[in-house]
This record gives sequence, C-alpha cells and structure tokens, in this order.
Amino acid sequence: MELNHEQQTQFGPQADSQRTLYPYVTGTSVVALKYKDGILMAADMGASYGSTLRYKSVERMKAVGKHSLLGASGEISDFQELLRSLDELILYDNMWDDGNSLGPKELHNYLTRVMYNRRNKFDPFWNSLVLGGVKNGEKYLGMVTMLGVNFEDNHVATGFGNHLARPILRDGWHEDLSYEDGVKLLEKCMRVLLYRDRSAVNKLQIAKITEEGVTVSQPYSLKTFWGFSAFQNPTVGAEGSW
Amino acid sequence: MKKEHASFNPYDNNGGTCVAIAGADYCVIAADTRMSSGYNILTRDYSKVCKLADKCLLASSGFQADVKALQKVLGARHLIYQHQHNKQMSCPAMAQLLSNTLYYKRFFPYYAFNVLGGLDDEGKGVVYTYDAVGSYEKVGYSSQGSGSTLIMPFLDNQLKSPSPLLLPPQDAVTPLSEAEAVDLVKTTFVSAAERDIYTGDKLEIVILNADGIRREYMDLRKD
Repeated sequence: MELNHEQQTQFGPQADSQRTLYPYVTGTSVVALKYKDGILMAADMGASYGSTLRYKSVERMKAVGKHSLLGASGEISDFQELLRSLDELILYDNMWDDGNSLGPKELHNYLTRVMYNRRNKFDPFWNSLVLGGVKNGEKYLGMVTMLGVNFEDNHVATGFGNHLARPILRDGWHEDLSYEDGVKLLEKCMRVLLYRDRSAVNKLQIAKITEEGVTVSQPYSLKTFWGFSAFQNPTVGAEGSW
Repeated sequence: MKKEHASFNPYDNNGGTCVAIAGADYCVIAADTRMSSGYNILTRDYSKVCKLADKCLLASSGFQADVKALQKVLGARHLIYQHQHNKQMSCPAMAQLLSNTLYYKRFFPYYAFNVLGGLDDEGKGVVYTYDAVGSYEKVGYSSQGSGSTLIMPFLDNQLKSPSPLLLPPQDAVTPLSEAEAVDLVKTTFVSAAERDIYTGDKLEIVILNADGIRREYMDLRKD
C-alpha cells in the first residue's frame, strides 16, 4: 500500500527522529516559592549537552502573558518551542479584545493538558515546568512534569532541587515571607545546588511576579567559599590513593 | 548493540492508599494526601478523593496524570448524563461507567487504582473496587494503592465480610457504626504509614450519609 506524505512522516523511517526520545541540551533545577506579595523564582543560566557545559547564558524563566511566570528545567529546545506556542495562545486570547486574560491558574491547567497530551503521543516535551503568578490578589504556584503529573504548593523545585532545595524551603518558608527574606532563602537553595549539583553554574537569575507584573533580574553570581582544607588536598589521609 | 539510553516511559507511580467502607446508612471513603515519585515526595497535600456525583465519591491512586484524565472524563460524562436525564447519576451506574471508561483504554491503560464509594438508591452504603483495566466488584469494604497489601488483610480480619459464594447471597455492608468505621479507617492508615513509604503526611476521610458529605482530616507520619 502507498503511504501518503502524512502517513510517511508518522510511520516512515523518519518517524523516530521526530520524537524526543531523550534530551540533548538540558537545564538543571528551578526553585520557586510564594512570598508576601507574589512569587519568587530562581534558576541558573547553564545548559548542558550531556556532561558538557554547552551554553552559559540561557534564560530559563520567562513571562507568559501579564500574570504568569514560567520556569523550566530539562530540554531547552522543547521549552523554547513551548514558549512560542504559549505566545501564540496569549496573542489569540488577546485578539478577543474582551478585557479577559489567561491567569496563572488557567495557564497551569493548559500546560498540564499539553504535557499529558504529548506523553500520550509518545512525543513528550522533556521538561519539568514551574508556573507562578498573581491575578486578582491571588498567588499561584504549580508544577508540571513531562508526563503531565501536576500539583500546587507553597514552594516547588525541579530535578536536583527536589532533593537539595525543598528540605531547605520546608525549613525556612512561612506564609508572609518578605521579598528580602524570600530572595535570601532562594539564594541559600541555589548555593547548595551550586556546590552539590555538578551541572549547576554560578550565573543565575531571580524572577519576581507580583500584581504589578514580572521582573527578571540581571544575571549575577553568588559568593562561594572553596577554601575548606578538605578541598585543598582531598587525598591527604586517604592512604593507598593517588 | 548496547542500548545507550533508557527509552521513554509514559508511566510514573505517584503512590498513595485508598480505603472505602460501606455501612447500613453511610459510606466512608478515605485516602492519604501524599504524592510521591520514586524516593521523592512531590507534595504533602494532594487530595485523592474526587466527588463525582451527589452520592458518589472516587478515591484513586497510581499515576496522577492518568487519574486526573480519568476524573475529567467521568466528570464530562456525568455532565452529559445530567443534561439528558435531569438527575444525578446513581452510584451503581457510575460504577459501570468507570469500568467501561477504564476498559476503553485496555491496551494503553490508565494506571489508576480506584475505589468507588457512595450510597445506593435506598441510601445504603456501597463500595466498588477496581483494577487498572476495569475489572470491578461490589464489596462491603476495600483498599487500593501502595498500602493496600498492608491494609486489606487487616480489614478482612476486622470486618469478616460474608463470603460472596454464600447462597442466598448475604449483604456485604459492614456491621459497624459510622463512628466505629471512621476509627477503623484511622487505625489502618496509621499502620500503613508506619511501613509504606508512599503513604503518609495527612489522611482525608470523607463520610457520606443521609445528611450529606462531611470531611475529616488527621495527621499521619511525615517521614
């Protein structure tokens, strides 16, 4: 039987190459929390190609519409593709010109459906997404994984952050965290990640979203201390080692 | 040739335990609120109990994304039913609908383990228990999910339901009072949280009776 073009791309020899079977260029953890006036989110700017640090200035947090902030870890190209389709969604929504706009709750729900739909096609977006936002005085913070698993919480973290940052967040988080204390808490998390996650880099951004809108900070680095004597010559005292 | 990458796995197990007990004039449906993935706890406050109709509650564990999709399908089908029949779906009807919905995806299943609890047309408690592909049975009590292996034998021991092989068939509802059933559920979950790492944080108990729906919460181990 002859296959038409659409069937060929679906079932033909190129079929495999049209699916993300594994990620290529990936970003590491995103950490986010609710604070007094909205949401704070942090992510570094590294993007790894396997274990190679391939890119060092990748923005992994972007504003989506007026009320939301999206952060992503995982495949960078999938994230950028997602941002394109989200921009289109916002544009088409805006064209109704009815004064309504998609809030963070709606966007998060939309993302859960997109991610789940793609996993059903065995063609996933290889990301963990963090969506934060404020609309009508209501703060919102949620997460979606590549399989469509989703939830809301007062603080979230993807990837390594789930292991290393969330215990710190559980310890230090409270309902009416000020902006300064929120940033301090996020930096505490990012510093631990920088020390312990090998794909993390010391160039990060912190994004803030409040009723007033989104601001993503200029890239900056954290103060670190590598001068522990155990770091200086780790083989001292390890007899028989080189 | 050696495989270089693990292939894409469309499923995850987010854990969790569900229990339902049917009484003469009530039904107790309960589940813990922990959501996990592997050794990670994703959140400590995720409700697994979903209200499908006035007298019909569904508790589900397994793969959260599938569970959510399943709840959405059932919710949409129930909305259509309401428009066509101008009434709420009965619990036995919802039980059959759930079975059909699960079997519809027999060859790419919803990885969801459900217990459906509610009241029948006479106001008597009913519990239906399922596997992931839609096999179901009407019972007096049941447990599903990661802690079911710990809870089910305990329930069997405490509730001693009449054998379904008895002729004439015996009523499956438990002899307990509502308060006793709620206490029993609390006990089972405390025990399950002790040994099952996917069960814990908080217990959500939903009680359905002639007065309506009531919710109770109890803290569980957080480790």
